[in-house]
Amino acid sequence: MSCGKKIGNFRRLALLAIAAALSFLAAACGNQENSGKKIPPERSSAPPANVDPATTGSVSGVVRLEGPVPPARKIIMSGDAACASAGQEPPVSQEVVADAQGNLANVVIYVKGGIGYFSFAIPTTPVEINQQGCMYAPHVAAVMAGQTVTFHNSDKTIHNIHSQPKNNPSWNRSQSPGAPAIEEFFAREEIAIPVMCNVHPWMRSYLAVFDHPYFAVSGPGGAFEIRNLPPGTYTLEAWHEKYGTLRQPLVVSAKEAAKVSFVFRSDAAAGR
Amino acid sequence: MSATYHPGLHRFSLVLLACTFLLLIAGALVTSNDAALAVPDWPLSYGTLTPPMVGGIFYEHSHRVIAACIGFLTIILAVWTWRAESRRWVRWLSLAALGAVILQGVLGGLTVLLHLHYGMPIAHACLAQIFFGAIMGMALFTSRWWISDQAAIPDNGSPSIHTFALVNAAAVFLQVILGAGFRHKSMPIWPHIIGAFVVAATISWTALTLRHRFGNVREMKLARILINSVFGLQFMLGVAAWASRLMTVDAPQPLPAVVALTVIHTVTGALTFACSLMVVMLCYRMVPRSREAALAPARTEAAIS
Repeated sequence: MSCGKKIGNFRRLALLAIAAALSFLAAACGNQENSGKKIPPERSSAPPANVDPATTGSVSGVVRLEGPVPPARKIIMSGDAACASAGQEPPVSQEVVADAQGNLANVVIYVKGGIGYFSFAIPTTPVEINQQGCMYAPHVAAVMAGQTVTFHNSDKTIHNIHSQPKNNPSWNRSQSPGAPAIEEFFAREEIAIPVMCNVHPWMRSYLAVFDHPYFAVSGPGGAFEIRNLPPGTYTLEAWHEKYGTLRQPLVVSAKEAAKVSFVFRSDAAAGR
Repeated sequence: MSATYHPGLHRFSLVLLACTFLLLIAGALVTSNDAALAVPDWPLSYGTLTPPMVGGIFYEHSHRVIAACIGFLTIILAVWTWRAESRRWVRWLSLAALGAVILQGVLGGLTVLLHLHYGMPIAHACLAQIFFGAIMGMALFTSRWWISDQAAIPDNGSPSIHTFALVNAAAVFLQVILGAGFRHKSMPIWPHIIGAFVVAATISWTALTLRHRFGNVREMKLARILINSVFGLQFMLGVAAWASRLMTVDAPQPLPAVVALTVIHTVTGALTFACSLMVVMLCYRMVPRSREAALAPARTEAAIS
């Protein structure tokens, strides 16, 4: 084979390699597009839900964690003296909050299926989230799509509030000490939206957004209750930021107080 | 037209190169500390030039200040080069570097204003390394060594050493893109891991070819040792950085050890790319691109411009 032909072959090989590399890049790229544009609360075309309060029931229960509870991880707040002096002692991660009996807090329980295609009135009362001790309180909250979420800064330091939704536009707002409350909302259902502070990277909270009002967040003892649920057959889900999602069927009769429980396993950690 | 050595311009290029390396470190610290959006506005920081330097604001605002300084230094470099340099292509390179640093500033601003979407962080990271390579080129092209006459070294192999060096540099840059994609959560890790082995192959192949064809040439020997050393270090740093991430996946915040390893890995990646570009430049400076030109006893600087 002549030298010129060898060079030509190599050039063809190089071009093929470049084409393969570009295809490789295209395959490796994720899809993270988010317009960032503000979307106003959507007015659903669905008919308004006709809920007869005389027949509604409820579902309540407890969420538990089976297996060893992971130790709360210490947070280093030395990067901001205002946080180091104002925070709880010792500051620990809120990723897994469980009591000695394994009752798991910060789990979002919600009706997943069986509601039908109805629209629900958006509550006018905002959900309040406070930044105190350089931590979010509450760590997990649930709201309806279009419902106002109000952020307060009770700290003597500056925070930025950065939402990272996948199904809603993202936003990033700064809030100085003593600044007015920041009001935001999310127009679309999404479970759940991480909200973090980039000034203090340990600060993280989750907002679950629903098209309906049938949800709750488990408290410190793992307890939850969803009220005013019309009689019917539903799918109930429970979401935890580390342990993922559990699901079970639910049947609610008229004026019944149904009881359910969810049990997460501590060895089933979900990807964050 | 023969080029003139300007020691002041060369030293200034070296200073700018060192400062740019510091800027790469500052930028990597922003990403590793999750501080990219700690300052929501741009170009000011919380509406001022002097925001409170706490937490992530310290990293983000420091990065902006250093970047502004680099911008000013690059303006000086471009003006000085245009006034002092007789080689048109070097002048245009200095202008290209200036254009790149301005574009880099805009990309940085868009990264913040668009909340890290639309691939802005990846573009910002990759252009940073291209800019670093351009400044490295300016330092090399203004050096006394480059301007002085060099003995022409024939290349009797096929493909040419230029081809090897170019393919290697392209592979390294692709790996830079894959690394930036993973670091900014747009891609999984596996393409970057595969890319590491591809780069290992191209660097080894290039180094072996340099040794085989130009084993007695001092500059080629140094270049060969340099790219092997830098990439070897980079590969081990990559393994260490990935291992540290896996071991601290449940940490509530970026930990110092993880930050240190990922930052060092990122800037060593920039060094790897710059060294790969330098090998390309050396090959074009010392090795004629055709058998006819190899008959010349020496290659003047003008012969390659």
